[in-house]
Amino acid sequence: MSTNTTRPSPKRLSLAARLAHFLQRTPIHIAVIVLSLLWMEPAISLLVSSFRPPNLVSTTGWWTAFKLPFQFTLELYRESLTTSGMGQSFVNSLFITIPATVIPIMIAAFAAYAFSWMEFPGRNILFVIVVGLLVVPLQMTLIPVLRLYVKLKLVGTFPGIWLAHTAYGLPLAIYLFRNFFSTLPRDILESAYLDGASSFTAFFRLVLPLSVPAIASLAIFQFLWVWNDLLVALIYLGGYPDVAPLTVTISNLVTSMGQGWQLLTAAAFISMALPLFLFLTLQRFFVRGLLAGSVKG
Amino acid sequence: MLGSRLITAIVVVVGVPAATVGYVALVEWLVGRLPFIWRRRLRPWLWAGPALAFLGVYLVYPMVYTFVLSFKNANSSKFVGIDNYKYVFTNASSLTTLRNNLYWLVLLAGAVVVFGLLFAVLFDRVRYEPVVKGVIFLPMAISFVAASVIWKLQYDYQPLGVAQTGTFNGLIVALGGQPVAWLVDRAVNNFALILVGVWMWTGYGMVILSAALKGIPVELIEAARVDGATEIQILFRIIIPMMGSTIAVVATTMVINALKAFDIVYVMTSGNYGTDVMANQMYKQMFLFNNFGVASAVAVVLLIAIVPVMLINIRRFRIQEALR
Repeated sequence: MSTNTTRPSPKRLSLAARLAHFLQRTPIHIAVIVLSLLWMEPAISLLVSSFRPPNLVSTTGWWTAFKLPFQFTLELYRESLTTSGMGQSFVNSLFITIPATVIPIMIAAFAAYAFSWMEFPGRNILFVIVVGLLVVPLQMTLIPVLRLYVKLKLVGTFPGIWLAHTAYGLPLAIYLFRNFFSTLPRDILESAYLDGASSFTAFFRLVLPLSVPAIASLAIFQFLWVWNDLLVALIYLGGYPDVAPLTVTISNLVTSMGQGWQLLTAAAFISMALPLFLFLTLQRFFVRGLLAGSVKG
Repeated sequence: MLGSRLITAIVVVVGVPAATVGYVALVEWLVGRLPFIWRRRLRPWLWAGPALAFLGVYLVYPMVYTFVLSFKNANSSKFVGIDNYKYVFTNASSLTTLRNNLYWLVLLAGAVVVFGLLFAVLFDRVRYEPVVKGVIFLPMAISFVAASVIWKLQYDYQPLGVAQTGTFNGLIVALGGQPVAWLVDRAVNNFALILVGVWMWTGYGMVILSAALKGIPVELIEAARVDGATEIQILFRIIIPMMGSTIAVVATTMVINALKAFDIVYVMTSGNYGTDVMANQMYKQMFLFNNFGVASAVAVVLLIAIVPVMLINIRRFRIQEALR
């Protein structure tokens, strides 16, 4: 780390100096590349395992897959999609995640609009409460909400889990939106009102289009959070396999399969595919949201 | 079956978004009919109303209710004073749980800050920074359940003589050592679980710390170099002190994550072999032992541990507002 002191433009240096500069920096390159490879190794071993024949995956190490003869197959994917209910769980995960992302974003945006552009008594103290609620552990809410759900027959239903995820996602969403809205130039809104625009028009035609970056950050946050959630689904959807999302189905299989759990490598990869795709395409929004809202656990 | 799933799909894609927009349209239509003074008074409450109702019903009211339940017996039929808290702080298995959360707290926060800082500083020096950052960051996109399956493959154990299937034991045996039952052996299993958390969260620490690092003026570091400071001195005397508040943000976030740790423990060991944590203990008290009193007491202890972070957040928010 202490080798490189300055970074002169390589163009101005002679070949020998450039070579010396490069050699000086090799320890850094080696460290960076070794660390990245170490970090990737667990995921790579999963990926390799998921393409191995079922009988080999639980009896030999994944690294033996690189010995001749190569034996790669899609057997595990076929099996987990058809026999263990993974296909249905995938659809359930979508059914749970899409509304549980849309509802809190809309509701939070309405509230943040009121918090940043309208005057009402108690506005500041209510917002401080929202900031406080950012870090409340879900555990504090599980028993009372579950009891309420039993009474209202919402246990094991999609609307039940949509509403729960909506509430749990709201504090961060309101916080981020309100911070974002308050950076929008005030005169744009005021001139819109002067031109006779209603709050409805101002919100949907002006504020929301200007907030696309904030909405994108929040959407990917909430989507990943709900898609990857285990605890909330376990509590409110627990015993009902026909509505269980991927996380619940896989974790049930892990605990019930004992020694044969290696067959789940393909299932785990199926559950990672969509979040990884979204993450890679929307990474910059994710990072922006992370930086803006680094207060929530 | 297929019909009902089709209906669900339509509700999911069309019905839900339409309902939320419809709410505001309805509110504005109603408000528009009111005299001006009422319009101004009522409108904010109607816009903020759904959110405030959700927070009240799902967060504020349950917190109060759970607090009350924590002083009641298993089926909440009578008050038992502080018995549930006595259980949490004296029962042997519950004490193990508290100790494990302490391990999680110290090691997860420490490791994420140290690795996050190391990666941020190291990667800042190479031109392919975005690629390697992406590698470290990627585990954040996947679920703890998937991560647990990934790491079960790392920690898998077979007795000596049988072909090893886990990466670590494969390596140990190839080097002539004895295989270790990583998830069962009480000397190592907690640390094995925490390592999974570190693998998941280091990307978060790296991104936040890297952004702060790039905010430090280059002239400052150049000036120190000209004055003959070594890179190590620059790191400890300039970079780390200037990033103090950011390091605190990362550390407090990890403290919360450590206290709430659940999925990894639930999937990998179910809290067996001395690896239980508070969130899993609460789950077990709820669904295995049907003891809602102790379950609530565990939740309250968790909340109390988080209250300092909550106050820090509120204070930081107030300072930000004052600067606006």
